[in-house]
Amino acid sequence: MARTQLLPRDLELPLDLRLPRVGAVDAVALEARAGELAKRSIKKGSKLAALDLAIRMMDLTTLEGADTPGKVAALCAKAMRPDPADSSIPAVAAVCVYPNLVAVAKAKLAGSTVKVASVATSFPSGQSPIDVKLADVRDAVELGADEIDMVIDRGAFLSGRYAKVVDEIVRVKEACGVAHLKVILETGELGTYDNVRRASLLAIAAGADFIKTSTGKINPAATLPVTLCMLEVIRDVHDETGRIIGMKPAGGIRTAKQAIQYLCVLNETLGSVWMTPDLFRFGASSLLNDVLMQIRKQKTGAYQSGDYFTID
Amino acid sequence: MADLEKTRVPAPAPLEWEYAPAPESRDVVRFQERYGLFVGGEQVEPLSGEWYSTIEPATEEHLAEVATAREEDIDLAVGSARDGFENGWSKLPGSERAKYIFRIARILLERSREFAVAESLNSGKPIRESRDVDVPIAAAHFFYYAGWADKLEYAFPNRRPQPLGVAGQIIPWNFPLLMLAWKIAPAIACGNTVVLKPSHTTPLTALLFADVCRQAGLPPGVVNIVTGDGRTGAAMVRHPGIDKIAFTGSTGVGKDIQRAVAGTGKRLTLELGGKAANIVFDDCALDQAVEGIINGIYFNQGEVCCAGSRLLVQESIYEQTLSKLKRRMSTLRVGDPLDKNTDVGAINSREQLERIEELVQSGRDEGAEIFQTECVLPDRGFWFAPTVFTNVAQSYRIAQEEIFGPVLSVLTFRTPEEAVEKANNTAYGLSAGVWTEKGSRILWMAERLRAGVVWGNTFNRFDPASPFGGYKESGFGREGGRHGLEAYLRFE
Repeated sequence: MARTQLLPRDLELPLDLRLPRVGAVDAVALEARAGELAKRSIKKGSKLAALDLAIRMMDLTTLEGADTPGKVAALCAKAMRPDPADSSIPAVAAVCVYPNLVAVAKAKLAGSTVKVASVATSFPSGQSPIDVKLADVRDAVELGADEIDMVIDRGAFLSGRYAKVVDEIVRVKEACGVAHLKVILETGELGTYDNVRRASLLAIAAGADFIKTSTGKINPAATLPVTLCMLEVIRDVHDETGRIIGMKPAGGIRTAKQAIQYLCVLNETLGSVWMTPDLFRFGASSLLNDVLMQIRKQKTGAYQSGDYFTID
Repeated sequence: MADLEKTRVPAPAPLEWEYAPAPESRDVVRFQERYGLFVGGEQVEPLSGEWYSTIEPATEEHLAEVATAREEDIDLAVGSARDGFENGWSKLPGSERAKYIFRIARILLERSREFAVAESLNSGKPIRESRDVDVPIAAAHFFYYAGWADKLEYAFPNRRPQPLGVAGQIIPWNFPLLMLAWKIAPAIACGNTVVLKPSHTTPLTALLFADVCRQAGLPPGVVNIVTGDGRTGAAMVRHPGIDKIAFTGSTGVGKDIQRAVAGTGKRLTLELGGKAANIVFDDCALDQAVEGIINGIYFNQGEVCCAGSRLLVQESIYEQTLSKLKRRMSTLRVGDPLDKNTDVGAINSREQLERIEELVQSGRDEGAEIFQTECVLPDRGFWFAPTVFTNVAQSYRIAQEEIFGPVLSVLTFRTPEEAVEKANNTAYGLSAGVWTEKGSRILWMAERLRAGVVWGNTFNRFDPASPFGGYKESGFGREGGRHGLEAYLRFE
């Protein structure tokens, strides 16, 4: 623990005396509220607007051992032009890949609005020495990553070594330079919403630009209640300090209907300021085609088969 | 293609996202032009010859003509109930009664959309609530009491439970179908027959329920439904053929009823008003507590006898709580009750709206600080914006009287003892809520709060297995659970 740093001076959470407690989360009521928001009925123009936004917020992801330059190139083409038949469909926010494939993605996406995000810090487990993690981050940034998705050390968190968790994030943030930092909490391994809340506060205090639910490698990944819980932390941080933090649910969001539910939770928790790709992302690999399908259904009134949407 | 792909677009502005209207179809329910009284298993014209129009409070549009029952009609209905009681229902084995009641429960669920739409049309409550709360819990009550019908001997061992006879039941307009279920299910499960009078402003789901009884093949006379106004209810209360009166409604009327039945030998249970304290401690899960405050007072436009209309916040978190509360209030969607995204619907009647307005004015006059959400209220119909009063003193009318509308009064406390003292400092005692992460404190509070229901880290939750009822001017007798059976039984 020799390298543990103090929290940056301007970041007071969660140790600020004005907030003597991290705060608590009531699981039953949290899930009830998320369930209530999931029942919002979004129709017509408001549905189209939401689906369009969902695409613009998407981090199109492939994180497989079997990823190749060819596969990533195909994904990048899809990211820039999701529906070749409909030029009104916007590009996604970013493509998310392993560090080895950052260069390929960067080259393919050059000149477009689509960002390259890379997972790093011994994704997905985070169980490596800090020097390895930092090297991982530096490499990814050097290769051209605009955004870094790091994982926290859940082992340290669950054994109560919060300082280690914070210290790692602080140093990763340094290593990121200008790249944006998304901190993955892996909520599926944290066990309780109270832990999710505490981990969110730690990540934000340590310098996260975004907090992110999951790696996608663990079940459960993103859920509505866990996202609501994290959005409430973001709201509290904003109230206390004025800092604006982004949110990225990732994993398990496969349908347009789910995406709209997340947007309802976002809209009614944080309001329209957060309804932008700069502050909210979906981490997803299979969501895009369902959204495209629903958009075409909204526009033409008829569903088309999956064969009319490219598999990349 | 390459050029097209690489065109730079400026960063998009955040989306101001408006939800498009999402109305539930009203075609699932067809009202008759006219509803007679439901007596002896069929619809009959009122002997009184009087009819009135029942309306949709959200638009003031006419929905149907409904009969007004007078003395001679009540006489007929009570006679029919007496026949039903003597000629079979009380002598049927409990398991046979249960069959009918289970059937009613299933039919209610099968027709749940129709009932939900009808309820929202006639009462003004949002479809979200009638669909997710009123109708399913009403069905659950029938399921629950159907299960007791053949187990009464076990519920009260060695006490030989017997039905009372004919029960006269008078219910309010805030949960028309749910209150009907709370009243009818235990009564008929215990072998009684009933004459039920729905509220003057919300008779339609009760009249649809008459059709459910017919569909379930319920023997004639077991359930009779008479519609009308306060005079109709008074005639029921005075009728000598009724063995028991069960009333849910205002404390004023409840007192009149109690005077009227005094000395007559009629049994009586009353579920009356409330001014519940929702007590928020500084160690609570605050965002969820705010949800609970919202649910406590804006659920069903605050037209709930157990509404958490007095918020008691620990002083150390007062400002934080209020700012969260106001922000959350501003996301409440007020409007068309049939829209699936509506959170707060219409006030049930002009009379009730005027009462709310009068009390809110008194709050302003007495010096409380008012906050109302900015929402566009429709021109027609009866509407009131969600409201919160701060700087409220315990002595203000808005802290003492039941408003029965979407109006919250906020007070503060410093210690648990003070919270209990303030919470109990009311003529009512129907419900209370406690928000803290400390389990032992919830139990400590529950022991001291004089309220029939104490919710811990939740509010306005109802379950058929859980008894409900009041202390002090909130009435006596319990509905729900095994306790709810006692109100409809005598013991030999």
